[in-house]
Amino acid sequence: MSVPAPTATAAPVQKTGPRRRLPRYWLPLGLLGVLAALSLLEIVTGANDLTSSGTLMATLVATVPIMLAALGGLWSERAGVVNIGLEGMMILGTYGAGYFGYHYGAWAGVAGAIAMGVLGGLIHAIATVSFGVDHIISGVAINIIALGAVQYLATLTFAGLPGGGQTQSPKIPDVPSLTVGPLSDALFDLERKDIFVLSELAALARALVTNLSVLVVIALLLLLLTYFLLWRTSFGLRLRSVGESPAAAESLGVKVMRYKFVAVLVSGGLAGLAGGFLAMVASSNYRDGQTGGRGYIGLAAMIFGNWRPGGLLMGSGLFGYTETLGLRQGGTSVHALLLTLAVLALAAGVWQLRRGQQVAAAVTVTLGVLIGVVYFLIDEVPGDFTRMTPYVITLLVLAFASQRLRMPAADGQTYRKGSAG
Amino acid sequence: MNRTLTRLALGIGAPLLALVAAFAITSLVLIIASDPVGDVWSTILSVPETRNLANIINNASVLYLSGLAVAIGFRMNLFNIGVDGQYRVAAFTAAAVAGEAWLPGYLNTALAILAAMLVGAAWAGIAGLLRATRGVSEVISTIMLNFISTGIVAYLLRRVAVREQGSNSLGTKEIPEGSRIPSFPIGDGPGQELYGFLVIAVLAGIGYWFVLNRTRFGFDLRATGQSTTAAVASGISVKKMIVTAMLISGAVAGLVGLPILFGDAYTYGSTFQSGLGFAGIAIALLGRNHPVGIALGALLFAFLDEQSNPLQILVGVSPDIVAITQGVIVLTVVISYELVRRYAVRLEQQQVARALAPSEPRPPAGGSPSGEPEEVKA
Repeated sequence: MSVPAPTATAAPVQKTGPRRRLPRYWLPLGLLGVLAALSLLEIVTGANDLTSSGTLMATLVATVPIMLAALGGLWSERAGVVNIGLEGMMILGTYGAGYFGYHYGAWAGVAGAIAMGVLGGLIHAIATVSFGVDHIISGVAINIIALGAVQYLATLTFAGLPGGGQTQSPKIPDVPSLTVGPLSDALFDLERKDIFVLSELAALARALVTNLSVLVVIALLLLLLTYFLLWRTSFGLRLRSVGESPAAAESLGVKVMRYKFVAVLVSGGLAGLAGGFLAMVASSNYRDGQTGGRGYIGLAAMIFGNWRPGGLLMGSGLFGYTETLGLRQGGTSVHALLLTLAVLALAAGVWQLRRGQQVAAAVTVTLGVLIGVVYFLIDEVPGDFTRMTPYVITLLVLAFASQRLRMPAADGQTYRKGSAG
Repeated sequence: MNRTLTRLALGIGAPLLALVAAFAITSLVLIIASDPVGDVWSTILSVPETRNLANIINNASVLYLSGLAVAIGFRMNLFNIGVDGQYRVAAFTAAAVAGEAWLPGYLNTALAILAAMLVGAAWAGIAGLLRATRGVSEVISTIMLNFISTGIVAYLLRRVAVREQGSNSLGTKEIPEGSRIPSFPIGDGPGQELYGFLVIAVLAGIGYWFVLNRTRFGFDLRATGQSTTAAVASGISVKKMIVTAMLISGAVAGLVGLPILFGDAYTYGSTFQSGLGFAGIAIALLGRNHPVGIALGALLFAFLDEQSNPLQILVGVSPDIVAITQGVIVLTVVISYELVRRYAVRLEQQQVARALAPSEPRPPAGGSPSGEPEEVKA
């Protein structure tokens, strides 16, 4: 009779005194540091695709759907509802974009993707909030239902249309994209001069002014909006209080159920938009299996980012970047990354040793040495392995970072109205 | 007498309610899409022929093992999404080992099964270790390991594969005749045979029940799953339990692909059935982690899958419609159990109130506030 309680949990959090907050300028400074490191890496290893504007443009397109899914996860988990159904809601979104985009134009496609995602969110909200179903069970069910529904609907609505079929929709019209022509060309010149750091900055700037889809801009604005709403308004404070301690929130007059409901619906909408992005920007039609598990990866990016908007952006960026590297000149690029990994592992090992964690340090240093040996033994990483890069990196990063993570206190717990007593 | 009857009715009522609700919702979808509802159900609910029956039982045995593997994790409060990756890595290993035929006959089979279980356990063990030592959520790590296993299997397959004649699909060496597990017939036509591995699946189910309910280890595992603090207080090492539970879950997951491998495919190729791990999650949830419940869930899923196959040809409806039914069942089962449980609690309270009525002028009204906190947690 035991229903599995959700376990999207990190281990018990260690108490480490008051947490130091990073200064406000850490993001640009960190980005500059990363670019410099990559630039150095290009010089050392001779891999030259690590920071090209092409890579960065592709990274942006690969990052946004994961980031949107993660953002969806953030909304619902901040309100205390674990959303493993993100994948299913994304799948619904890809179909929504395909159907409404083909019949009524690009923006209708975007709206359709969001609406389909909200529909998935509605099921999740009714099941978990109204009926108190375990969040994981509901999420798994939604993933199954969404996949089946979309395949069924695609056969019903796309078969027989020009360019459509059981597994794909006809071509969807494009969402407009922005290009600042002259600036883009000038930046490209600068990029090709290969000046340390400067060229990398130029490549980054070029990626932002060349063929930039409006949806990318919207997605980034949604991230900012989420931060503002959840951390700078009383609405957000209440929503987060529902995720931390629903009983306390209710005793202060917060309508707990309503907040949870809204959060899960928004979560579904964002996941739907993520699916729509995949269909409309990353590709140009709905295809069966288009999401490829990105909903789960979004969830991972959110946990990786410690249930914070800035963190999840970093998580999805890391994921999008390594995925892109694997798909482009994967052999040499990923090979170069191995050197970074080896150096990082050795550094981490030394750090752990200084903190007196001998066993952990030994493991880390061994890992670092092993990766280093592999780096010097082979010249190129085989294709099957380059495609694994984002997943391996995520695992490694989590293994080193996850003890500092803290999820909302009441995340995944079922709450019934009036439990405050 | 009357009470046992009520309890029986309630016990049957919950799953029945769930099935009816799932069928109703699926019908609603069909009606909205203006597909022939009646024809769809008469096709799906028709009595299966012997050949189909064999398919249903065979597929159910595979799904059963997958459900068991997930359920072991669930009992310990671990969510092993990684059964999918674990069984693929393990089935590949078994195929490669059995194909090499280092040992004669069934010794070879035993070796391959052992190898599969070990590899499955090791693959799941990575997630267990990361959870126990580094606090990495097993949900995330097993998802990542699923993707990684895809890459590794693809790479290794290319290394050891032999090309089959007349096709361009890659596969491991075929398992020699003497090491295959014979099927037993239930009819006398072709395809009317059950996997011999079915026996092992049943044994796994009995083993699952025995270990969890009749051993100290099983008690520790369930205790840890229900309350970590209570487990720690009674001297259980939670970290050790996490790793052990993942290892066992992975070892069972290692068996998932083997009925197909030893009874039907005889080789692991790029077309080997995938996605069995995710079905296992739904089935474990459906069966409420009970060995018999999981078996019923597996049979139901296999039944729906098999019976929906001819839908496209017979009535022109995509067989994917049953995926909606399957997903909805997972939800409605939980909801209807909850509804029935609340109803049963109310019945009991009324009974108690009636029994106490003569001595008390007024029975406490329904007793709902005091019953509430307990209800929430159950």
